[in-house]
Amino acid sequence: MSTPLETATHPQRLRRVCIEPLTRVEGHGKVTLLLDDDDQVQQARLHIVEFRGFERFIQGRPFWELPVTVQRLCGICPVSHHLAAAKACDRLVGVPELSPTADKVRRLMHFGQVLQSHALHFFHLSSPDLLFGFDDAPAHRNIVGVIHDEPELARRGVLLRRYGQEVIRVCAGKRIHGSGAIPGGVNKALDNADRELLAADIAQVIDWAEDAVALMQQLFAAGGDAYRRFASEPANSLSLVRPDGALELYDGRLRARDAQGEPIIEQASDQDYAELLQEQVKPWSYMKFPFIAALGPETGWYRVGPLARVNNCDFIDTPRAEAARRAFAAVGEGRPVQSVLATHWARLIELLHCAEAIARLLDDPDIIGADLLREGTPARSGIGVLEAPRGTLFHHYEIDADGLVTRANLIVSTTNNNQAMNTAIRRVAQDALNGHTLTEGLLNRIEVAIRAFDPCLSCATHALGQMPLAVTLARVDGVVLDRLRRDADGAVRRDAAESHAGAASA
Amino acid sequence: MSNEQQRSTFTLDGRRIAFTPGQTIMDAALAAGVYIPHLCHKPGFAPHGSCRVCVVRADDREVSACTAPAATDMRVESEVADIRALRVAVLQMLFAEGNHVCPACEASGNCTLQAVAYHCGMLTPRFPQRFPRRAVDASHPDFILDHNRCILCELCVRASRDHDGKRVFAVSGRGIASKLIVDAPSGRLGDTDFSADDAAAHVCPVGAILRRDEAFRVPIGRRRFDVAPVSRVGDVQTDPDVPAGAAEVLP
Repeated sequence: MSTPLETATHPQRLRRVCIEPLTRVEGHGKVTLLLDDDDQVQQARLHIVEFRGFERFIQGRPFWELPVTVQRLCGICPVSHHLAAAKACDRLVGVPELSPTADKVRRLMHFGQVLQSHALHFFHLSSPDLLFGFDDAPAHRNIVGVIHDEPELARRGVLLRRYGQEVIRVCAGKRIHGSGAIPGGVNKALDNADRELLAADIAQVIDWAEDAVALMQQLFAAGGDAYRRFASEPANSLSLVRPDGALELYDGRLRARDAQGEPIIEQASDQDYAELLQEQVKPWSYMKFPFIAALGPETGWYRVGPLARVNNCDFIDTPRAEAARRAFAAVGEGRPVQSVLATHWARLIELLHCAEAIARLLDDPDIIGADLLREGTPARSGIGVLEAPRGTLFHHYEIDADGLVTRANLIVSTTNNNQAMNTAIRRVAQDALNGHTLTEGLLNRIEVAIRAFDPCLSCATHALGQMPLAVTLARVDGVVLDRLRRDADGAVRRDAAESHAGAASA
Repeated sequence: MSNEQQRSTFTLDGRRIAFTPGQTIMDAALAAGVYIPHLCHKPGFAPHGSCRVCVVRADDREVSACTAPAATDMRVESEVADIRALRVAVLQMLFAEGNHVCPACEASGNCTLQAVAYHCGMLTPRFPQRFPRRAVDASHPDFILDHNRCILCELCVRASRDHDGKRVFAVSGRGIASKLIVDAPSGRLGDTDFSADDAAAHVCPVGAILRRDEAFRVPIGRRRFDVAPVSRVGDVQTDPDVPAGAAEVLP
């Protein structure tokens, strides 16, 4: 199956434009565009250029290492991999239900994780586009520009992230790559000093989170139809929800709804994911394309992450976030909000929910309890599913009689969004690029669309700010027709354009 | 043994260390509360001299402190730049030879190799990693044997042979092909008479012989070397009432 603009009919006759690396996203990726002589985009693809291989090299390792090993996939959301692997290992040791203390300490860790990741994404990575506009000078359209123009906002962003990191450190021992969750429970609870440390700032964190939601709501309203339509195509939504339909980030049941909000999957067990979802391999991408099995690859692709979650849930069980969700849902007029840029709004609603949920857990005596570990009847297969900051995350492991891993399957959040991101950049290519001479601002629109998904492209590295970028138009025989450069200082110049102008127009 | 013999001393980095005849430099230093980095040595076990981490310069000759006898008025240098550089090189070779992935290792924080590397100031790999392909033996109900992390110190070999009265472990092969083997036709630990009560089950300085079901149960911050550096708890005889490094200095 090939979707519109995925594969050009005659690529050999087209000009190739490559955006590499994508900036202000986590990990390394690139976008390639093929344009015809009339500057009409004929092909647009998002490529993930990293290859990780975790599923292979953990084979033969003891399963109890997995929560610590596999979290090394990522430096931004390692807690999500840590906990998804731990949930799968809970199944391997026969403990699907943890003690209240273990469950709540893990949830606290996860709320801290989602809070810090969402803060990082909005304030550090995406706010420059939203505050200053997609065409703002690149030297200014970055976190340094935010610090200069909006110092209080930037400060809050940094401190919100720091708070989330502190929650993680208290629960897992380290801010990044800790060891709190172990098969069957956790290795520590909080003590009173931990609670007091985190409780001291939580009221301020909630207020700042609520202010951030209001800011994004204003930006979305001010953006008008252009914002609503930007990069947007109707899509199915997949997420976990609680059995009562509430937003759920750590442990729930699978729900999928179509673009009209009609149910596709309702309250399915996450243990049945392999029957519900399938993956398609395409020869041009390292990243697979998952789809809802019942619908097939053509119409079964879906969106995960904040937009899908806030659309899919019936309510949020913390009051301020629920009030924000209602205002958000009103934009959809009874249907799921489909605007890609509304993902930022949904993300901040979740950030607010995390802050409120942390406050609630800090008041819960279970988090200083002593019942940390449970034991059960071991099993040979374990599946752990949760909602990572970027969307639904699946970990599935099989082990032999000695406890060594024989097979692993990971469907990470960004993989779930593969088709959705490709569709978004194709929408931008058609709406904004077709017929225009390429400029930095136009190319940035491609990145703005991808950034809205907060992709973790390799789950490992983090490209921040204005990285050098070269866009080259080359004929199929290799002759360079045009070249745009963005230097490390953000300046864009057509350094070889004049010398190739004749060739380009020939 | 005469009083004169009992008062024999040598100097270690300028400090006078008392020793009794027959003691090695290592034994005398540890008994005096002075730490010399080591991996294959353990008090109560026969000296082995294989890891070479305890290299010191004794009267202008580089020797392993765990095997070299102490001698009266010997001048021993340990914490000096060129000896420390030798130790770091030895450690870097150990890290390159096996698969020592501290970030994913359940022994991290409890691992003497890691702690000694930190103590010696090894901040980065230096030699190309060999990345040997070694399988994990998880056949035993209570313990696993991870050959990826074995540094061939033979502490388990000595413990099993000399303390447990068994011969569960041995080193087979030569040179770079050397490897730890177990006493079972199948080659699997689960088919030996290895027991959790054996001394050999509790001497591994790295993460090669590990008890099952205990991985990561000690939180970060409470692991052995989180609490105190190896120079304080690495077999050093210390008086709890005397600050470390003070007991060994003779007037």
